Amino acid sequence: MTGLRLAIGLAIVFAASLALAQGGADKRRSGYRDMGEALQKMQDDPTANPGMLFVQLGGQLWTKKAGTADKSCADCHGSAGTSMKGVAARYPAIPKGADAPVDLEGRIELCRTENQKAERLAPESRELLALAAYVAYQSHGLPIAPPADPRLAAFRDRGAEIYRMRQGQLNLSCAICHDDNAGKKLAGVTIPEAHPTGYPIYRLEWQTLGSLKRRLRNCLVGIRAEAWTYDAPEYVALELFLMDRAKGMTLESPAVRP
Amino acid sequence: MDRRHFLAGTAAIVVLPFGPASATAEAMAEAIKKVVGDAPVRSERVKLDLPPLIENGNTVPLVVSVESPMTVGDYVKTIHVFNEKNPQPNVFTAALSPRNGKAIVGTRIKLGDSQKIVAIAEMSDGKFYSASADVIVTLAACLEEAT
Amino acid sequence: MANVLINAPKTAKRGAIVEIKALILHPMETGFRPGTMGKMIPRNIIEHFTATWNGAEIFRMEMSPAIAANPFVSFFAVATESGTIGFRWTGDEGFLVEEQVAIAVE
Repeated sequence: MTGLRLAIGLAIVFAASLALAQGGADKRRSGYRDMGEALQKMQDDPTANPGMLFVQLGGQLWTKKAGTADKSCADCHGSAGTSMKGVAARYPAIPKGADAPVDLEGRIELCRTENQKAERLAPESRELLALAAYVAYQSHGLPIAPPADPRLAAFRDRGAEIYRMRQGQLNLSCAICHDDNAGKKLAGVTIPEAHPTGYPIYRLEWQTLGSLKRRLRNCLVGIRAEAWTYDAPEYVALELFLMDRAKGMTLESPAVRP
Repeated sequence: MDRRHFLAGTAAIVVLPFGPASATAEAMAEAIKKVVGDAPVRSERVKLDLPPLIENGNTVPLVVSVESPMTVGDYVKTIHVFNEKNPQPNVFTAALSPRNGKAIVGTRIKLGDSQKIVAIAEMSDGKFYSASADVIVTLAACLEEAT
Repeated sequence: MANVLINAPKTAKRGAIVEIKALILHPMETGFRPGTMGKMIPRNIIEHFTATWNGAEIFRMEMSPAIAANPFVSFFAVATESGTIGFRWTGDEGFLVEEQVAIAVE
């Protein structure tokens, strides 16, 4: 019997040390892990995840012709499953011919205005979010992989600066909550590490799909700061920093979050 | 009696999104009486699945299961769900029949506060069974302004 | 095509009990929320949801403002015969959406 006990004991020690060795690799937590089981199940089931309604809508818009160029996304990009795979995982990025990065919604708007010769879609509009959700969904399950473009460094540094800067009447910085106090409770809710692992998200608080910009604006209002205007470069700089901070984590778009 | 504010003592500045006064336990009792009348209600056979801690009251997954063979002679006819503190006491009513095979209904509900939820199953023989759950609802810490 | 997601098996054995899930895009405005000028945003909800199997009703739900936005419903049904599972949502402001899926029962 002692032989068996020894074997089991060794197995447990072996498994523990293996786990320790692997555990040292990535201690970052996606907001998914801060949710209860019921919400995790809601996100995981593509036929129960409300974000998927928008992905479905985006799929329909993908083939709809628009603008004076009378082109649909599909006309240039073909099947999104092929052409858009990995794209959301490497945004924000600098478009060809430009010198500043745009986020995914910004890139979609560029296609609308420059290639389809159509009007911009309104910020946070259902159509823009549906297209962003559809494109982001093509990177579902892929690791976040910021591009190696050296021109992004300056913008990313600006994002890091904003992340650490105290703001608002509550004089808080993002880092104070999301680095120093992540995992602790704020008004009964667990403070997440704030990795943008699932955008656009179906936020229960909004009862609809929304962008990272919208979520950042919520944060700014939360610390009683004045939210920057919608096209402010601060949002893209911050997203660039956050996506780099979340490098390698799995993209869950469209995620469900409270 | 002190209202059960589980967020008491925190610095949360929260605006409950309801205009009129919330319903009370009396309103819920009245709504239940409309359904069961004076018939006895047994606290068995019904299971109410709700998350123990609700991160956001806007969307709360809920499953009601009732033990029943769901045969022509013995099946669940209706499932009624009530709440105690929303502006009105009804949540939903589901009509079932032997065609369902299982008396299990799932949906997502809105809860404006920590409160009691009651599910009542009405059987084909006219008997009533129930289950209730007390849930704690936390609210989002970072809200946006209403626009 | 309306914005609806249905999860029902495409095939089933006769007599098997299958789970059916339906999700639809709808704001489910309760009528109890104050808008920007303090006036209540008017109620706009789905009130009735019915499911049929080859025309015969297999499930019905009366919804209240307490049902969450983008309503999700799951229920079970006995697979009796091949055919069509129909779904119908009606509510405020003349809301009417109908959807169907085919199922093969062997």
